[in-house]
Amino acid sequence: MGAERTAVIGVGQTRYAAARRDVSMAGLLREAAYRALEMAGKTWSDIDAVIIGKAPDFFEGVMMPEIYLAEALGAVGKPIMRVHTAGSVGGSTGCVAASMVQSRVHRCVLTIGWEKQSESNAMWALSLPQPFATSVNAGAGGYFSPIIRRYMMMTDAPELIGCMVAHKDRRQALLNPYAHLHQHDLTFEQVVDSPMLWDPIRYSETCPSSDGACAIVLVDEAGGDRHPGPVAWVHGTAMRSESNSYGGRNMVSPAASEQCADDVFAQAGIVDRRAEIDAVEMYVPFSWYEPMWLESLGFAAVGEGWRMVESGATELDGGDLPVNCSGGVLSSNPIGASGMIRFAEAALQVMGAAGEHQVDGARRAVGHAYGGGAQYFAMWIVGSDKP
Amino acid sequence: MSADRSTALDPLAAPAALSAPVTLPEALAGAEPVESVCTPIRMTYTYTPGRALSRYLRAMADKRILGERCGATGQVFVPPRGVSPLAGAATSEVVELADTGYVESFNITRVPIERRPDLKPPYCSAWIVLDGASVGFLGLVINIAPEEVRIGMRVRAVWKPDEELETSAANILGWEPTGEPDEVITDYERIGRVDASDP
Repeated sequence: MGAERTAVIGVGQTRYAAARRDVSMAGLLREAAYRALEMAGKTWSDIDAVIIGKAPDFFEGVMMPEIYLAEALGAVGKPIMRVHTAGSVGGSTGCVAASMVQSRVHRCVLTIGWEKQSESNAMWALSLPQPFATSVNAGAGGYFSPIIRRYMMMTDAPELIGCMVAHKDRRQALLNPYAHLHQHDLTFEQVVDSPMLWDPIRYSETCPSSDGACAIVLVDEAGGDRHPGPVAWVHGTAMRSESNSYGGRNMVSPAASEQCADDVFAQAGIVDRRAEIDAVEMYVPFSWYEPMWLESLGFAAVGEGWRMVESGATELDGGDLPVNCSGGVLSSNPIGASGMIRFAEAALQVMGAAGEHQVDGARRAVGHAYGGGAQYFAMWIVGSDKP
Repeated sequence: MSADRSTALDPLAAPAALSAPVTLPEALAGAEPVESVCTPIRMTYTYTPGRALSRYLRAMADKRILGERCGATGQVFVPPRGVSPLAGAATSEVVELADTGYVESFNITRVPIERRPDLKPPYCSAWIVLDGASVGFLGLVINIAPEEVRIGMRVRAVWKPDEELETSAANILGWEPTGEPDEVITDYERIGRVDASDP
């Protein structure tokens, strides 16, 4: 007996913003959860279990928020499970939620990820001094900037490829009503001229800090068949992790990233990744990660990712492999939700429900997330057809 | 494809379950809502370094850098955490390393950092690979303009004055150029493509 076929029938997102002072953490979650339930045509009584994901408690200083949020999450009297894999947590949480249905433990699961960065100081939480290391206090940007520099050197990529990615994602965000950043008149020159923060990363090549939540309702095969609205079938899920410090580690394309991709594409029976996938939502918090992940995930040969960007292949408008049509992490980054948003947006694409940023006729899409020192990876592939 | 609910509905409309109006008692009618409350928290840690890091930190007080070698893979780790991630085994040999190495890659921070007036932008943080080590660690590159730092640049440790030495990695103030020719770094092979499942 193989795994139970599993379907996404509901997706709910909040409006993402620098500060959602109109809602508490609980209110933020309710907004996403009820939108997902509405789209799924379900109520809390239909939900068998709630799987939640969030980045470190440290960020907001609220320990174990899942405990006090059980009521807001409709989880009283139900199993609740929290997943934690740093920045990739939204993706990993989606994988764990799917596995609850695939394994026939539950028939109908709601999964939700969130972050309220306005109540937190992630930069500080990511720069804690350790007694055995020099504190360079550079946060996530300072951590990833040397890796990006390394990619630029190894591939001889033109200096402004990152700016092209940032300008694309910010333009595509204009088509997504939930996106945090809606920079209507942002020009390419403004992106290029924005200040260097963590050289070679410019201000406009950096993700914002956002408040927000994202929820997904998953059901078993019978539930997917019965659902009157659009459905996204899960064709594969994969997670991998590795140490961020071992000899010979490829920091640009970590082994765990490549293995995660190999696993999920094999599950979905996909051979030609670029040709057989219609839309990708990948985790790009700093612009250069788009060409880097295009290579690592096998959409481009090593050293060719930046050429795909340069050619416009990853644009919603006319590209053969549109990436981050929603505007991506570069336009909205509620950390604990960011991975789940990638998974949810991939599902919306194959449901034909992505609204103005819909890829015409998308039938198979990839959701991707990474976290830590590019050590934790989570992916899923969803399709409009049953696997 | 069915005409979907998401385009039919206003995506930003409040979910029905949350859209019921709330009636306030008259006494609260004019009250300002409390939208945020600031509650400072502080944490102090006690850190137990374990045997490998104890040796490393004690040696630091003598301006010596101790790494540890994995018997299975031959890789040398510094700072040593007592374990070899690929082998999943304890490191088995203490190795003294020179305080020289090269810049594997680097970042230039150009924004001021809160509560760190000592870090004046622009400053350069870099992955430093010591001679004989298999992994890099983060450090500051000093005594050179950040724009002149290069991948492959040779560096040596700049230590605190002897009377200020402690059992701490902070004994090394930063890394300065040695003036030697740069390490030659050619391509992906330099950092390798190893299979993590095959130590």
